[in-house]
Amino acid sequence: MSLREREAAVRRVLERTPPQVPPGLCGDAMRRGGRLLRRRTAARRLMWLVLLAAVVAFFVWAVMARPWVEPPSETTPPLTGW
Amino acid sequence: MRERRVAQGARRAREFEAFVAGAAGRLSQTATLLTAEPPKDNPRARRLLTHALAHTYADWDRLRGEDPYDRTRQHLAVRFARGAWHRHSFFRPALGGTLNMLSPQERLILVLRLYEGVAEEQTAALLGLPAERVHAVCLRAMATVLHPPRETTPRVAKVVAPS
Repeated sequence: MSLREREAAVRRVLERTPPQVPPGLCGDAMRRGGRLLRRRTAARRLMWLVLLAAVVAFFVWAVMARPWVEPPSETTPPLTGW
Repeated sequence: MRERRVAQGARRAREFEAFVAGAAGRLSQTATLLTAEPPKDNPRARRLLTHALAHTYADWDRLRGEDPYDRTRQHLAVRFARGAWHRHSFFRPALGGTLNMLSPQERLILVLRLYEGVAEEQTAALLGLPAERVHAVCLRAMATVLHPPRETTPRVAKVVAPS
């Protein structure tokens, strides 16, 4: 028996039972899929919200703390050259 | 913005219903073969298929020309492969015919290769196995289906059915 014949024989075994569509399958899948979609949308929104909040917090902190301004010198510089 | 979203949802539902009407029969058969349940009583296959179809529905707007049937089959195979190993590997229903003698992996590879006609390389890539292994497992599974060994039936009897 060649490989091709054996494959055909196994295929016949697999196709022996006729396919049956369970009732309500489409509705169930759509309901579940819709829930999945809504959850994904909510997760994406939450992510953007967190990102936005982080950016706002950073700007507020930057304006308050002004990290780019040189801090006032606390020690007197050495007096040289006179 | 809102109207567009509603229209998109309606279009998605329409297209998805048409897809399911055409593909559900064959996909259901594939799922039932994977779980080796009898065709009349296949709760596990049905659950598997519902989950796979739900993912296809959720990804519908992002398919971009990809075949939804292909996508659903991939979901089905991957989900079965993940679930079969750690939960149901030792529980085999007593009915269901010849396929019950195969391990879940053998069944998965046999169904993908011969019933669904997926190429060896694609099956290997999907399951993360080398192509030679897929080839070997498929040959072994074919031999088991064509010449079923007689003494394997008691394996089922030892398992205590969950109440």
